[in-house]
Amino acid sequence: MKRTDAFPYLLLIPALLLVGVIAAWPLVETFRLSFTDASMKQTQSYVGFENYLKFFQRDFWPILGRTLVWTTLSVSLKLVMGLLGAVLLNAAVPGRALFRILIMPPWVVPVAVGCFMWAWMYNGQFGMISGLGQRFGVFSGPFEFLAYKQAAFIATVVTDVWIGTPLVSLYLLAAMQTIPKDLYEAAWTDGAGRFYRFRRVTLPLLMPSITTMALLSTIWTFNSFEIIWILTEGGPRGSTTTMIIDTYKTAISRFRYGEGAARAVMILICLMVLSAIYLALLNRLTRKGRAK
Amino acid sequence: MINRYRWWELVLIYAGMALFLTFMLAPFVEAFMVSLRPLAEVFRIPYRFFAEGMSFANYRQIWISQPMLGRWIINSFGIAVAVTILSMMCSIPAAYAFARFKFKLRDGLLSLFLAVSMVGAAVLIIPLYKLMLALGLLNTYAAMIIPGAAFTVPTGIFLMRSYFMRIPAELEEAAYVDGASRLYTMRRVILPIAAPGMVVVAITTFITAYAQQFLFALTFNSKNHLNPLPVGLYQFFGHQEVRWNELMAASIVGVLPVLVLYVFLQRYIVAGLTAGAVKE
Repeated sequence: MKRTDAFPYLLLIPALLLVGVIAAWPLVETFRLSFTDASMKQTQSYVGFENYLKFFQRDFWPILGRTLVWTTLSVSLKLVMGLLGAVLLNAAVPGRALFRILIMPPWVVPVAVGCFMWAWMYNGQFGMISGLGQRFGVFSGPFEFLAYKQAAFIATVVTDVWIGTPLVSLYLLAAMQTIPKDLYEAAWTDGAGRFYRFRRVTLPLLMPSITTMALLSTIWTFNSFEIIWILTEGGPRGSTTTMIIDTYKTAISRFRYGEGAARAVMILICLMVLSAIYLALLNRLTRKGRAK
Repeated sequence: MINRYRWWELVLIYAGMALFLTFMLAPFVEAFMVSLRPLAEVFRIPYRFFAEGMSFANYRQIWISQPMLGRWIINSFGIAVAVTILSMMCSIPAAYAFARFKFKLRDGLLSLFLAVSMVGAAVLIIPLYKLMLALGLLNTYAAMIIPGAAFTVPTGIFLMRSYFMRIPAELEEAAYVDGASRLYTMRRVILPIAAPGMVVVAITTFITAYAQQFLFALTFNSKNHLNPLPVGLYQFFGHQEVRWNELMAASIVGVLPVLVLYVFLQRYIVAGLTAGAVKE
């Protein structure tokens, strides 16, 4: 029994090595770099909180605000669409299996390829949405979705919702199917209609799963990079520059590693707050589950 | 009785499905239609869904105008397979340790993996870039495979752990009573039983790795013949005059294999996604 103690650690070595080198060390290094003026130069020196001060004086608040609005909008739409999809998937009608196969492709294909398709859809001169919009009189002329601040903001959200919805649907469907059937039968015997059963049985019992998904989805959406980068690279005039895009631009496009690291640390702080809320929620849910 | 729908409820359900599918599939349908149009019809005002002269000519043309296309698709598959193998080799033993053994640092290490799964790779791109530079891995497959695997390990651990926890512990105890070592028990008793779960996790990891290979390739690689499909196509997406019909044809050719794979394996994928843990 003595050797028991070492065995689990041996099993963990590969995972710890890989995750340690590729994720944990960079995490620490990001903090260190954020206090330096690291750039393309060979030398770097410590500059204290200068990078942070610069960031706060310049554009921290507008970028944070934009990121929060973008994330909130996208996550709420994903949840609404995901719930709708789960309800439809859960309906016992012929064709359900086909429906389940057909809603998944946005999640299966590479994110970048999905974005190329959407970039074409948003094309103002020749694209489908603008073209059909003109035919039916919604737009008076060509409308270039990615060229206007607000339109580009909405367009990137729509693409993000398109990619994220299938997974939310499947997750909520799985949660829905764990609700005991006799609850519905009891409500039905009491004369409750379908909508009433949804509101009084399904929704309350689904609430923990919806909250969990909302938080996880917020964390993933907060980290979203590819969609905005491919569609707008943060433009036009910074209107889709979220914190991630801003960090990437500062560090990789302009080679200001120190400043970029400070911006990355602010993202990490936001993620920490979100994760703390998520963990607190998980703990509360498991305790509730045990109490039952 | 309870599940019988009235006619208007059925109409509502199918109308909802149709609307939902329109949103999910419209970009695919439009991409396919564009891939059939000659360039003159692509750049035509007003927009017409059914254009004149539609043919599969672009599907022949792309191999000539993008001679690397085949290479990119093979790269994409190769990178995703390598990521899956590396990720599984790390996550399976770790998940088994977390599922079966009590040890001092268990909760702490589990939280560490949870924390890592919350951080997107783009946030850590600066030290990652310097790390790849220091290790001399820039412009190699390894620069796309190793980080890709690292960021899928936490999810793999959580998924596999829930599978291992469902296997009754009596099986291992019986093996120990017969004098089997821990390693032997894991290899010969537990892993064969967990094989279906491992297949599910492998497929899910593969799809993730295939879908998200843009950032690392964009940042760590500048050799065109090493590029995966998304970054390969991104170059001709960035041009002033995008040849949309060819870009869409190449996109469709590129995603077709993984779509076919998905249709055949979707039962396992759905099982993997809904097995308690979820991935992005």
